[in-house]
Amino acid sequence: MTGKEYRTITDVKGPLVFLNKTEPVAFGEIVELRLTDGTLKNGQVLDTSDDQVIVQVFEGTASIDKQTGIKFLGDVFKLPVSTDMIGRILDGAGRPRDGGPAIVADEKADIIGAAINPYSRQSPDTFIQTGISAIDACTSLVRGQKLPIFSASGLPHNDIALQIARQAKLVDSDDDFVVVFCAMGITAEEYNFFVHDLERTGALENACLFVNLADDPAVERLITPRLALTAAEYLAFEKDYHVLVIYTDMTNYCESLRQIGAAREEVPGRRGYPGYMYTDLAMLYERAGLVKGKKGSITQFPILTMPGDDITHPIPDLSGYITEGQIVISRELHQKGIYPPINVLPSLSRLMNAGIGDGKTREDHKSVSDQLYAAYAQGRELRGLVAIVGEDALNERDLQLLKFADIFENKFLRQSRDEERSINEGTLDYAWELLANIDTKYLVRLDQKWIDKYHPTEKKV
Amino acid sequence: MSEENGVIYRISGPVVTAVGISPRMYEVVRVGDEGLMGEVIELHGDQSVIQVYEETSGVRPGEPVIRTGQTLSVQLGPGLLTKIYDGIQRPLPELEKTMGVFIKRGVDADGLDLGKNWDFKATAKPGDSVSSGDIIGTVQETKTIEHRVMMPPGKSGVIKNINSGEFNVTQTVCTLEDGTEVQMMQKWPVRTPRPFTKKHAPEVPLQTGQRILDFLFPLAKGGTAGIPGPFGSGKTVTQQQLAKWSDADIVVYIGCGERGNEMTEVLDEFPHLIDPKTGEALMNRTTMIANTSNMPVAAREASVYTGITIAEYFRDMGYDVALMADSTSRWAEAMREISSRLEEMPGEEGYPAYLSSRLAEFYERAGRVETLSGGDGSVSVIGAVSPPGGDISEPVSQGTLRIVKVFWGLDAGLARQRHFPAINWLNSYSLYPPSLDQWYRDNIKSDFPEIRTEISALLQVEAELQEIVQLVGSDALPVDQQLTLEVARMIREYFLQQNAFHDVDTYTDLKLQYTMAKAILSFQEESKKALAGGAALEDVVNVPARTDLMRGRFESGYADKIEELLDNMNKQIADTMEAN
Repeated sequence: MTGKEYRTITDVKGPLVFLNKTEPVAFGEIVELRLTDGTLKNGQVLDTSDDQVIVQVFEGTASIDKQTGIKFLGDVFKLPVSTDMIGRILDGAGRPRDGGPAIVADEKADIIGAAINPYSRQSPDTFIQTGISAIDACTSLVRGQKLPIFSASGLPHNDIALQIARQAKLVDSDDDFVVVFCAMGITAEEYNFFVHDLERTGALENACLFVNLADDPAVERLITPRLALTAAEYLAFEKDYHVLVIYTDMTNYCESLRQIGAAREEVPGRRGYPGYMYTDLAMLYERAGLVKGKKGSITQFPILTMPGDDITHPIPDLSGYITEGQIVISRELHQKGIYPPINVLPSLSRLMNAGIGDGKTREDHKSVSDQLYAAYAQGRELRGLVAIVGEDALNERDLQLLKFADIFENKFLRQSRDEERSINEGTLDYAWELLANIDTKYLVRLDQKWIDKYHPTEKKV
Repeated sequence: MSEENGVIYRISGPVVTAVGISPRMYEVVRVGDEGLMGEVIELHGDQSVIQVYEETSGVRPGEPVIRTGQTLSVQLGPGLLTKIYDGIQRPLPELEKTMGVFIKRGVDADGLDLGKNWDFKATAKPGDSVSSGDIIGTVQETKTIEHRVMMPPGKSGVIKNINSGEFNVTQTVCTLEDGTEVQMMQKWPVRTPRPFTKKHAPEVPLQTGQRILDFLFPLAKGGTAGIPGPFGSGKTVTQQQLAKWSDADIVVYIGCGERGNEMTEVLDEFPHLIDPKTGEALMNRTTMIANTSNMPVAAREASVYTGITIAEYFRDMGYDVALMADSTSRWAEAMREISSRLEEMPGEEGYPAYLSSRLAEFYERAGRVETLSGGDGSVSVIGAVSPPGGDISEPVSQGTLRIVKVFWGLDAGLARQRHFPAINWLNSYSLYPPSLDQWYRDNIKSDFPEIRTEISALLQVEAELQEIVQLVGSDALPVDQQLTLEVARMIREYFLQQNAFHDVDTYTDLKLQYTMAKAILSFQEESKKALAGGAALEDVVNVPARTDLMRGRFESGYADKIEELLDNMNKQIADTMEAN
């Protein structure tokens, strides 16, 4: 049936084209649209029946008229994949954007991706050192994890993502990461920032970029991350690479999802987002992990900007249910001039415990992390109290904790954009040094044996 | 038989419309050239609407749809335990064998291993009159669990012939006078509750070894509990603790729409867990269902029914079963998604109008019952709810709270303070204590309920005092109230906080829980005496023996040592009077 061109469009609505047709078309099938001026567009079948087919057009429906010819290509969307993709910049539909030649495919992979059998997964337990103390100490990342950055407009999430991409490494291994970067609806300026930085540090040679910018068709954004993940899966599970996938901005992706839902007149869920957004997001995020018997891995860093800094908004909320924790960027810290402005209190890494401790990072890691967390949390709470009753009302312990909160923010969190701290000397020892500002008797989360071994002034050598 | 075979008319995601067949509601059909499994969920004129349990991309109108004549059923019989299934009872290890690490489609797999032989021991004999649910024989299914083979529902009569020996689940082990043949395997439609004789009142607690749960907010055997928890509040760990430690005979764990990596952690961890009661692997009494968030949504919808049917089957043998569903919100979302594909008129927040009745029907399948054979079995259901943004005013949480009798309110704030299990003692509740108190009096100590009341009252008082402390600081309080705060802090840090990852602290039996609670009250009493005798509060609360008492819970054999530690503490507290 390929080759046959239909001119039976009945309706065009938003990004959707409705047509009557005569032969059976597969659900999810790829469509080519030939406009009267010869322009070609691509689309995908969203709904198919004997009477009507609904096609979602990736490049937008501008200029489509009822004379537009539609060809069904007889297959679902597939991406040509190859290791040649490393070092390349592709557009949101997988075509070269860097002026280079088309990708010569080793094979073609279905971009929807199949679910990994949960029984075949391998538990992620290898610590990734990002060189950023706040992340390494308090929300440790492990290989195969999906850990989103919850940010908001005007915050330096891109710098943090890039710093992670640059510095991420395993502690006792030379294995390097390949970065698959997926841009969805970001501005040209942000894009240039990313590319420039990747070029500057030479990381571009080890990266594969899929780019859909703000002025590219919104619907295309729905396939861009799927292409990126398909490439990542190929590199990880066929070619044994360790892949770090960074995608930004998930909020734009979800907006596109809502746009399609609205055009199809679907019953909207919360805030107009479609009811299936959870499943849809899961089908992206869940393409992270490790598989038994395969060497490679996929670690994901989705970035999303929370509309109105609202963490209960459906996008961060549903993401939080699927991902294994989150890194929350704080406007308050940013305004204090602290970089990276990571608020460790709502941040969380669900796989942290599997990746830290003796033989992985250091035996005292968990205790130190708990202690930092507890002391900082109490210190911040005391700030509220001081605002009401003044410092004079505090006892010795509270004063120390109050002071510690400032020390934590200004010394532990704060580091420069290219400062790379090693986990043991740079982060954990430094944490001990800062914790020494608090009397040991108040450091209740630290086992005595760790105090004896690591406390800068009280250790027994 | 043209009406057995139809064709696809329309495909929209997991919802497929077929024409040319007239199936029954909830009948299972095979869709398309690949024979994808689907279930009829709506009949509309000559169209049948089908939810398909597998990915539908690439399927075309005009492909065949074939009736099976059966509703969605599970295979029940020896071999359920130790298994890991997806939402429609396909064993995941089998799927891995046939299609590799990615779940492809169109593959069918039996829930039970049909070829495996089991050593069947007949317990009924020829001439016995048996009816539905009567136990006719046993099979040692795993080292710890004896599988009781029951007469399938709807079959009864006088046994003509019954044989012990090696049989697989489809071979006839028993023949009735009227010629009816009975096999070990039976099938049961998942959406229909299995029958029983009558429901009992919930009078026996389900012991979990988790202090805050057992002592303050107990769940009865056959009861229902809801755990709403915002993400990051330790819900999954709490559920895993329940699976590991509760005193149910059988555990059914449903991972419904949850994270792949976490499911894997459960799947990896469970087989290594040792059952504290038998010393054998915990998997020997566990069936797991894993349908992660990216697996087909319709199978997620079915997974809770698959799980509870298996639970009911073990209940019918006379076992106590604990069923964990994590999470029912994901199940509700699956219903919402399918409902919206059907273009049904939505209720609150896009959920279908039948959401609360489906939730109620599900939880109603819990209970302690007299089985058809006259035994005593129970299914306790512990459902996790994941309310968006932690806001429990949303429909799934509300629909659940109207039904369940226990609410374990996980609190992200507590989790942030690293107080685990992060169950908020102020807003959690259990409606079971009145019916369980007699059991506690008879089996633990006669004043158990009173001690519990004192402990919860102290926590209430603390909450009120904390409000004052927030304003004026704790030094401004009179000494007796400062002591109350100190006692409450002891309850929180010594009793309520429990380290799930610590070998010893992870489980505390009810007797020790009672002793620990008494120790706290004893501290309060002795301190009061000491303060009245002129001791300084600081000296009293800082006696080293109290730290020993509190830390002692991390050491094995604590139950034997606690009395001595307590005496030491009381002595030291008394000594503080003389110091002044």
